[in-house]
Amino acid sequence: MTALWNEIPRHGKWLTALLLLVFIAAPLVVDRYLLSVLVLVLYFAYLGQAWNLLMGFAGQLSLGHALYLGLGAYTATTLWLLFGIGPWIGVFVAIAVAAAAGLIVGWLGWRFGVEGVYFALLTIAFAEFTRIGFDHLGLTGASGGLFLPVSPTAHDWWNLNGGVHLFYYVALILAIAATLLAAWLRQSPLGYRWLAVREDPEAAQAVGINVFRVRMIAMLISAGMTAVGGVFYGFYYRNLFPSQIFDISRSIELILGPIIGGLGTIFGPIVGAIILTPVGESLTTFMQSSGLNVPGAKSIFYGIILMIIISLRPSGVWPWLAKHLRLDRPKS
Amino acid sequence: MTAITLNIIVQGLLTGLVYGLMALGLSVIFGVMRVVNFAHGEFAVVAMYAAFILFERLHLDPLISLLPIAVAFFILGYGLQRTLINPFIGRAEHEQFILLVGLATVVINVLLIAFGPDARPVNLSYSFDSYDVGPLIIDKVRVFAALAALAVSAALFLFFRYTRTGTAIRACADNLTGAAVVGLNVKQLYAVTFGIGFVCIGAAGALMETIADASPSLGPSYTLMAFVIVIIGGLGSMAGALVGGVLIGVSEALAGFFIQPSMKSMFSFALLILVLILRPQGLMGRRL
Amino acid sequence: MSGLLSVNGVNKRFRGLAAVSDVSFEVQPGEIFAVIGPNGAGKTTLFNMIAGAMVADSGTIHFDGRPIDGLRADEIAQRGIGRTFQIVKPFPALSVEENVVIGALLHTATIDEARMVARDILQQLDLSAKRNQIAASLTLPDRKRLEVARALATKPKLLLLDEVMAGLRPTETDRIVAILKDLNRTGLTILLIEHVMRAVTALASRILVLQHGAVIAEGTPETVLRERAVIESYLGVEEL
Repeated sequence: MTALWNEIPRHGKWLTALLLLVFIAAPLVVDRYLLSVLVLVLYFAYLGQAWNLLMGFAGQLSLGHALYLGLGAYTATTLWLLFGIGPWIGVFVAIAVAAAAGLIVGWLGWRFGVEGVYFALLTIAFAEFTRIGFDHLGLTGASGGLFLPVSPTAHDWWNLNGGVHLFYYVALILAIAATLLAAWLRQSPLGYRWLAVREDPEAAQAVGINVFRVRMIAMLISAGMTAVGGVFYGFYYRNLFPSQIFDISRSIELILGPIIGGLGTIFGPIVGAIILTPVGESLTTFMQSSGLNVPGAKSIFYGIILMIIISLRPSGVWPWLAKHLRLDRPKS
Repeated sequence: MTAITLNIIVQGLLTGLVYGLMALGLSVIFGVMRVVNFAHGEFAVVAMYAAFILFERLHLDPLISLLPIAVAFFILGYGLQRTLINPFIGRAEHEQFILLVGLATVVINVLLIAFGPDARPVNLSYSFDSYDVGPLIIDKVRVFAALAALAVSAALFLFFRYTRTGTAIRACADNLTGAAVVGLNVKQLYAVTFGIGFVCIGAAGALMETIADASPSLGPSYTLMAFVIVIIGGLGSMAGALVGGVLIGVSEALAGFFIQPSMKSMFSFALLILVLILRPQGLMGRRL
Repeated sequence: MSGLLSVNGVNKRFRGLAAVSDVSFEVQPGEIFAVIGPNGAGKTTLFNMIAGAMVADSGTIHFDGRPIDGLRADEIAQRGIGRTFQIVKPFPALSVEENVVIGALLHTATIDEARMVARDILQQLDLSAKRNQIAASLTLPDRKRLEVARALATKPKLLLLDEVMAGLRPTETDRIVAILKDLNRTGLTILLIEHVMRAVTALASRILVLQHGAVIAEGTPETVLRERAVIESYLGVEEL
């Protein structure tokens, strides 16, 4: 980890420190609305890191991460509602449930040679399957939804109930922790093995890498991390509907950041979230203020962005930005 | 087996043939170009709306408007491949996929803005007519839709089997380098292939409009269904797409009746998972 | 079964066509053993079965006294067999050094340790100067050497080389021949499939000739290359 920090050029260290400072101090300066946008930025940066481990590092495309998000959200909120088990304990159960689901998906796919696009379809199929299941699951309120009590004045951090400031700092810690984890993994033997498997599974096998196991570990970590994001979602919004949390659009919006920022990079998911979320939010605000309340406009915008970025800059914004800021690793 | 069960199976089978035609388009595009058309169902819904509008404005029965829609979709598919898709041939799978996910998102939300979320049915004069065959009561519209789907599929079989272009496209699918070496215009053939895939979408969409009501939310589920069918039936197998379609049609109809309509696609996914475990190359596919 | 690698009565059929039929041979520790034969003789199939990329229909393969047939490719690599691919398969987006580091990770616990091993091997294979280049940007001869480097980094007891000289200019070939001789001198056993006869004669202590999946000759280069069947089936096609 320290080696990684040392590799960043000096002005890069200053920039990183500055960015951190801005995020830590932001709640002192900005209003509630802007803070809620920043919560989303951090939330998507966090989820982007989780997804990027599987796709950017291990090379496996999942378009069904809503599954782990939803399982995490439902597990923790249900534990709290029905058994009074708080989110700080429930989150571990949530991680376990989502990781188990991830392992089932991974096992079914990779054991039977379902790879690439077929694997992506399998991930969607599982998320959809689960969505329909939850639509009929009485325990969690079925399609009618699940609601946590809302008390605007609460300062109950132990039960993850409070104002936007609480959630802002939780999201900030999550995003920082995820980034550090990604950076550490990238430099670990496991990270190198992921890259090998991403680049060429057959060649990876020939140097003694158990491709199946390495992918399963990526899935385990990615699904578990995503579940934590789901717990955050559940307690932040305090309502859950299967048709929302398990929807394919959840899966798609969480992959936009890392793709636009730069797949397989450490800072890509952060850069992507910083670019995308405010743009999407200001579009919504603009549409509302101009009296055009068109529900699909934001999605159209995202769709177009997706097509443009993948056509023109498939490796994402961060590698390009890093080069221009002279932050890329020197090549001797 | 009771008469009612038999009735449901027959209804599912007829619907399944239309599903099969839709999936056929996906199978053809993937089989030849190795591109997964993730916007498949979304465009099928576009065709449904086209059939709806032609019915509302010109009182054209979707069985007739199917023809102009199929032609328009050929041009649409051809144009899409030439402009948007072609630069992505041979690029990483996830890049193609993301391009088409973006396209699907745009298409479905444009539909949402243009038509709103409400379902748009066509009310044909014979919508509620049926044939009585022994114990069976079969919806007329489903019979017509299934026959039309079979006719379009048969035309495609013949096209790929007996025409020069069809044979050339099959050559591209089998051996791309070889096809280029013998002087086939691969780019052109790819565009034609995409156009043919879109003919399937257009025709199937028009037919779907007679048995289901157009609504933007159908798009992603049709895309998924088409994939499920193609994987179950076996990739690159044209007959497999139809067989898979019938299988899904019947299983959905049975689950919808005996369990709950809202849970019917759960059974398709369960079927998909089962096939992936037991026979990953699909029912009619060649061994991977 | 005193050899490092012993192949016994191995068969492989594809859709009824015999690709490898009843092939047996032994590779002794410390030797360089070459498998030659015309295109389609089953060399690469044989090779893939030893490396675990394919499973033999029948027959046994022992390495270091233990059966390895039926093991996965990564398990075989862990047992001590390194390989290259006929169509080179570097990890394209990674640097030359990272490619070799990944190989070295098989027997090292940390990246730093693996990097030390990798740098030594890159030095040995004349790739040090290019260690920060992206593998995809290398020329074909460099990529072939990178494949050898990556395989060597796994510290194999037996190195399987699948046509590493193919497509190289004679000077490049001589360079690899010299490198392989050096490696062999340090005790590495090498099994190579090769078309370039000048490399085979310069390196191999024994040669096995395959034709239509079956062994038609085996022995020292001098004896094998004098055999009529060999000359007719193979050397008639390829210039000596």
